[in-house]
Amino acid sequence: MELLYAITTGVLTASGLYLTLRGRTFPVVVGLTLLSYAVNLFLFSMGGLTTDGAALVNEGDNFADPLPQALVLTAIVIGFAMTAFVVILAMRARSEVGNDHVDGKKDDRE
Amino acid sequence: MIQHLIVLPVVLPLIAGILMLYQRHGLVRYKRIVSVVATLGLLLVAIGLVNQAASGEITYYALGDWQPPFGIVLMLDRLSALMVLVTALLAVGAVIFACGGDDEKGSNFHGLFQWQLMGINGAFLTGDLFNLFVFFEVLLLASYALLLHGGGKARIQSSVHYVVLNLAGSSLFLIGVGILYGATGTLNMADMASRMSELPAEREGLVVAGAMILLVVFGLKAAILPLYFWLPRAYAAAPAPVAALFAVMTKVGIYAILRVYSLIFGDQAGNLEAIEQSWVWWLSLATLAAAGVGVMAARDFRLLIAYLVLISVGTLLAGVGMRSPEATSALLYYLAHTTLVTGGLFLLAEMIGLQRGKPGTRLVKGRPMVQGAALALAFFFGAIAIAGLPPLSGAFGKALMLNAAEGSQRLWLWPLLLLASLASLIALSRAGSTLFWRSHRGNISGSPLPRYQWVGMLWLLSSSLLMVVFAGPVSDYTQATAEQLANPGLVIDTLLPDAGDTQ
Repeated sequence: MELLYAITTGVLTASGLYLTLRGRTFPVVVGLTLLSYAVNLFLFSMGGLTTDGAALVNEGDNFADPLPQALVLTAIVIGFAMTAFVVILAMRARSEVGNDHVDGKKDDRE
Repeated sequence: MIQHLIVLPVVLPLIAGILMLYQRHGLVRYKRIVSVVATLGLLLVAIGLVNQAASGEITYYALGDWQPPFGIVLMLDRLSALMVLVTALLAVGAVIFACGGDDEKGSNFHGLFQWQLMGINGAFLTGDLFNLFVFFEVLLLASYALLLHGGGKARIQSSVHYVVLNLAGSSLFLIGVGILYGATGTLNMADMASRMSELPAEREGLVVAGAMILLVVFGLKAAILPLYFWLPRAYAAAPAPVAALFAVMTKVGIYAILRVYSLIFGDQAGNLEAIEQSWVWWLSLATLAAAGVGVMAARDFRLLIAYLVLISVGTLLAGVGMRSPEATSALLYYLAHTTLVTGGLFLLAEMIGLQRGKPGTRLVKGRPMVQGAALALAFFFGAIAIAGLPPLSGAFGKALMLNAAEGSQRLWLWPLLLLASLASLIALSRAGSTLFWRSHRGNISGSPLPRYQWVGMLWLLSSSLLMVVFAGPVSDYTQATAEQLANPGLVIDTLLPDAGDTQ
């Protein structure tokens, strides 16, 4: 499971990073979203991965670390708000500047 | 009441911001009064906090009475009190300036302004690494909206860069925090610092990776060399009161570097002590050099000030990189000076732009200004202060910095810092003679400016004079702050009185 988890996080990060470096705002927004998914998965695993563990402390010997769960929850909420904001910003930029290039250039094909 | 003082810099702006949500438009007078009163209240609270911290005692506030290391704490020492005071002083000037008309160019200016203050104060006071992230997000979200205040093409374009970069930075921040949590098992900074001494050898690599990722994030906020390219355009495009408040945003990054690496990677950290030092030192010198070139090349007065902010960032980080109590003391004095004066200069630039009309702040010939003499006098004062000429506070700050360098550090810092000062002096005198002397013969342009703008701008610029008059007490305070920072054991003992007994 660790291997699958690590590969998933890695692939998400790599795709997110690649898309973030693109020249149009839409791929950049998608890239940032993927990056934040990857970060959430990463944070979740930082307390160590437990399978079949209780969610609460004191419910038997095998329990999951509750703190990363709380952190991920916070990170998801903040990431969600930021994504909403950046989408609106990208649309505003599209309408004011007249194209969707991150530098506002007109005539290049990425 | 007095023990709740620590949480007030966060709660007060939050409540003030909520009060102003009542209506998006209209109620101008009501919003201005609430905002100015709240900011003045913040200033009083900050003075109270400095008084409390000046005794040298470190106090903390356990939210919900959950004791550290498990609960979330706000921590007050001399450094946080000083930073909150500088923020409050800057905010008073900026908010009074905004009452001159800038606040009505878009909706909800005052509410967002208060929330940004909340984020900045929270970042200065928190004793918890994850909460540092949360407060960074609070101040960033408010700053995204404030940067767009008033709209316009230039603002939206620089906003896109600023927002995307900072979102990527936030992801990196979370990764760094996650790695450090995985390696040490705690998020409380004092607890993390105490666990550094008993870190198993196989986890050292993880901690180094986490610490370096955090350095990238803080470097992005502080605008250190390879990560500063967003800053000049964003600061030059921001509305004036917002740009003035942004003068403290780079200092949040510098504060975070100072706090995290002096506390967690202090002398109890063994092999990992001062792992950031060589990076910060060399990159800060490179930042100084690049900013010196930038300030000479700037063709717009606001862009020029943005590069002056970068010069101050380079100078301050060089102080962090020297990592001695003398250097820390010098950099704190310089930090207070540079934050307030660059804030005042951003306001002044807006006033000059308003009076010149069409040419704005671009450094080209224009018509003579109606209040040209008074503006020129203010410009002259601000330029002397920021370029570091005696008798104003910039000279003191730079002399302290130069004096703090030791041995081979002098060989690098002295020429670079002095050349950067020379570059800013040349650029400022060129800008001043173009703006005020090389004008067309013709009608006088502009109408007299609102009184609020004069008050806000003079409030910030006059701080330079006050910092010279009270140079003795201020530098005594920064000296004591530096000694407190050099001894991370103090914080650990206060927050975790029984550390070591439990395990």
